[in-house]
Amino acid sequence: MSAAFAGLLLGLGVNSSAGAQEALGVHGTLEDQQDQPVAGVTITVADASGTEIAAVESGADGAWAVELDAEGTYVVTLDESTLPDGLLVRNGRPQLEVEVSSNRAVLFPLDTQLAEGVEPQQPGDDATDAGGESDSPEEETSDADTEDGEQLGAIEDEGGSTRAISLLVSGLHFGLMIALAAVGLSMVFGTTGLTNFAHGDLITFGGVMALMFNVAFGLPVWVAAILAVALGGAFGWAQDFGLWAPLRRKGIGLISMMIISIGLALLIRFATLFFFGGQRERYNEYVGQKPWDLGWLVIAPKEVVTGIIALVVCVAVALALLFTRLGKATRAVADNPALAESTGIDVNQVIRLVWTIGGALAAMSGVFLSISDGVKFDMGQHLLLLVFAAVVLGGLGTAFGAFIGSMLIGVFVQMSTLVIAPELKYVGALAVLIIIMLTRPQGILGRRERIG
Amino acid sequence: MDWHFVFSQALTQAIGPTMLVYALAAIGLNLQFGYTGLLNFGQAAFAAMGAYGLAIGVVVLDLPFWWGIGLGLASAVVLALLLGIPTLRLRADYLAIVTIAAAEIVRRTARATGLSEYTGGSDGMRGFSEPFFAMNPYPSEATWTFLFASMDGGRLKLDFLLFDLQYSNRDLWVMTVGWVLVAFFLVLLGLLVRSPWGRVLKGIREDEEAVRSLGKNVFAYKMQALVIGGLIGAVAGFLFALSRANVQPDTFITDFTFYLYVIIILGGAARLFGPVLGAALFWFLYSFLSQGLNQGIRSGAIPEDWLSATQVGPLVFFLVGLSMVLLLIYRPQGILGDRRELTLDVR
Repeated sequence: MSAAFAGLLLGLGVNSSAGAQEALGVHGTLEDQQDQPVAGVTITVADASGTEIAAVESGADGAWAVELDAEGTYVVTLDESTLPDGLLVRNGRPQLEVEVSSNRAVLFPLDTQLAEGVEPQQPGDDATDAGGESDSPEEETSDADTEDGEQLGAIEDEGGSTRAISLLVSGLHFGLMIALAAVGLSMVFGTTGLTNFAHGDLITFGGVMALMFNVAFGLPVWVAAILAVALGGAFGWAQDFGLWAPLRRKGIGLISMMIISIGLALLIRFATLFFFGGQRERYNEYVGQKPWDLGWLVIAPKEVVTGIIALVVCVAVALALLFTRLGKATRAVADNPALAESTGIDVNQVIRLVWTIGGALAAMSGVFLSISDGVKFDMGQHLLLLVFAAVVLGGLGTAFGAFIGSMLIGVFVQMSTLVIAPELKYVGALAVLIIIMLTRPQGILGRRERIG
Repeated sequence: MDWHFVFSQALTQAIGPTMLVYALAAIGLNLQFGYTGLLNFGQAAFAAMGAYGLAIGVVVLDLPFWWGIGLGLASAVVLALLLGIPTLRLRADYLAIVTIAAAEIVRRTARATGLSEYTGGSDGMRGFSEPFFAMNPYPSEATWTFLFASMDGGRLKLDFLLFDLQYSNRDLWVMTVGWVLVAFFLVLLGLLVRSPWGRVLKGIREDEEAVRSLGKNVFAYKMQALVIGGLIGAVAGFLFALSRANVQPDTFITDFTFYLYVIIILGGAARLFGPVLGAALFWFLYSFLSQGLNQGIRSGAIPEDWLSATQVGPLVFFLVGLSMVLLLIYRPQGILGDRRELTLDVR
């Protein structure tokens, strides 16, 4: 709704983009992470041969603009020494080359730290850029910060294979994060038939709880993470105990339950916004970690650690499903609840367990994502559709399918930025979802059966 | 605390332009969800098709206004076919996931910088509504008074002592068109759902296999419902765009569709007047709560450390979510509904 009101205000105010013929030039607005304008920063514009054309300072509202006489390539440089203390250009590119053919917006994302995998770049050497991805894997998960401006960094050409490898690795990491959430979603669907639209908010829940323990109570991040995962499990358990199990007993239809889960998603999301506010918060450790530079790959240690933990957890869940009694019972219930019950399996106990584990895994995914990119109240909502895409791709209701689907979606989302604009990478993944529906609705591992 | 202001705002909203947009979109969705049992979670995409079809047609392609309307309707039909063909043969929740994904695709594409030449990017588009307001019969300069009604420089004020309703002449024109459209679609749907065609739709909702075994082409009926509901959604999109004189990609977020579900369930699914009643009540309660809480904070009746002004929005939407959950558990038929009509199930 706030977007609607913002739209209304825009409509009343001055709007430039759809206007008739505009002046030629470059312009932008400097804002820090809290969307506060940053004033007094010097920005110089030079033409392709390096001749300085103009130097301007950002005004009190953070805005700056330079008018140009001719179309062509220009170099826009932000003088980092004039930035207020502590602020940096997030993608490490204070200097950008832009094609100007109209009044073009140039974005310098400002932050208190660099995005992971990015070394500060010296003005002048723009040919080699190690951590070329100006948008790290989950940077766009919650779009508000990045979607607004033009991701100039990614539009420029990147160093081919290095970039492909780094995207592949960040895609695998992203895929593991999706997998953590997807396994729970898929198992809940498998055992109860519920398409849970509130699963994304379990992800947010984990991130927010860890933030509370970390920032408000001052615990180290790893302790906060463990507590958050435990609380996530407890939250999943409580949801089933307090809401879903009574609804199942009451015999409420699955579609009603699905809509209830939407209501629950709104409820959790806005409760988070209420207590926590709309800004992006970061943990007080592991931010701006110095990345490992392997030559062919630049990666932050935290990405490696969270990725390995996620992989181990996924493998453990898979082994448990295959070899433990409860795991077998879970698969039996997913296969056929009535038959499973008649063989003496306590279906409700299995479902309760699935909710608990699903909640814990989703919370873990939220914590890990937040370690990379900070916590925001709607982070889970934005991820939810990718989780759905992963689950459907792998086959609704199958835990192993969910894992494979997640990895494919994660890699696809990241790798697709090689060919399409980063802001459209989710569009690509969602389009894949629709194409799978068209061609193989049962997913990769789903059983071929009539689902109509 | 200014109760007069709070009531006036709430009641102004309850029959105002925004409510009409939601009512229209919900009428379309009611045909799909309420009568046919289709879980369309992408009604926002259909509204976006209407709004952007009109805006792109008029601004970018330089078409006349009515051609823009035609383009919006045509793109809604295309979207319905695109979504329906792969999913309508599948289980109900597949349609839900695909439509919600499609709505996000539409929104993210509309705000993509690379396409801003055609869609205006995140700023949206404007400059397509002049022909519509040129048809406005309400003069902007009229000034008169008649009993409790007065017109001051084109601004109508209806004073009912306890509250008053105020609309600009542009609002009045949008509302006139909006209410005419609502009436038109209610009559149309009323005739449709009472026809043999409508009985087949309800049959599909209740038991698809039974209808199929009677030799009906279930797929075709579902598709027709999806297309007609989507067209009504596109009309809601026109009204949305025209009432604001701009289109914005972020007005078509998935929450838009979720609020439509709240509206339908509140009013009563599969009831002709459910969406209209639901929309009026939704907007009355929404404005009443947010204006009331804001007034309470401003006048000091609510201490600042209990609730700050920025928390009012989240609190109100939290209550929307809560009421959605409680309604479905305790009164799934809503105000007008019949409990037996809402026993949908997918397994």
